[in-house]
Amino acid sequence: MTQSERLDATFAALADPTRRAILARLASGEASVTELARPFEMSQPAISKHLKVLERAGLISRGQDAQRRPRRLESRPLVEATEWMERYRSLWEANFRRLDAVLTQLTRTRNINTRNQNRRSR
Amino acid sequence: MKSPSDIVITTPSEREVVMTRAFDAPRALVFEAFTSAEILPQWLEAPGRAMTVCEVDLRVGGGYRFVWTGPGRKDVGSFGVYRDIVVPERVVRTEAWVDWNAGEVLVTTEFAEEQDQTVVTVRALFPSREIRDAVLEAGMKSGAAANYDRLTLLLARRQTVLA
Repeated sequence: MTQSERLDATFAALADPTRRAILARLASGEASVTELARPFEMSQPAISKHLKVLERAGLISRGQDAQRRPRRLESRPLVEATEWMERYRSLWEANFRRLDAVLTQLTRTRNINTRNQNRRSR
Repeated sequence: MKSPSDIVITTPSEREVVMTRAFDAPRALVFEAFTSAEILPQWLEAPGRAMTVCEVDLRVGGGYRFVWTGPGRKDVGSFGVYRDIVVPERVVRTEAWVDWNAGEVLVTTEFAEEQDQTVVTVRALFPSREIRDAVLEAGMKSGAAANYDRLTLLLARRQTVLA
């Protein structure tokens, strides 16, 4: 997968509230499918479907225990997505800082012009 | 009073992204900076690209066209039509991107006077949630990520602590 495809998969996986709740749960430690299904009013197959999406996005992986097959959180795609969004935000921050400077400059020039006009009209 | 450099990004519905920023300048001037073909290229850049084409026909039904170019980078272009203009309070325009045929975004920009500042609110309404999220991936000015942002930061931080 390219980075943009990975981001795509990450954002698509994060677009669902159940999947976000699963990730939040896994942030405090690994858990089995049964444990993950418990807080949701959902069948195990429905939860498994969500887990598959998360797994494809690389957001979770399976632990060693062959019996429980616990899922755990993988932070790399999240860090990548966060970095991407920070770049996005910083682009706008840069644009708006430039605009701050332009506005300061315009305010100054126009005040001078108004003053000159007032002087001339006197 | 808001610190002028704070950008607030929210996603009030699944098809929307809203970005707010305060500026230390009179409303009429900020409005002009967002709508004037002379001023826009001085500050509105795309990653690694400066605005080289800026055509604005600021009237209802009038169009606009922007092109950004940068050394060794593919040109980026956006265009649209002004749907509503209330000087110096509000501009509603459509926005589409060259080489990206996912549809039109409806962008409402509002300029509010608050004490000595002008608070600008940019509201982007996407045709669907999928498109809004695709815009994120396309690297355009959505920021639909605000909700995810908080979550991913939280998760990433927790994971670092756990590791």
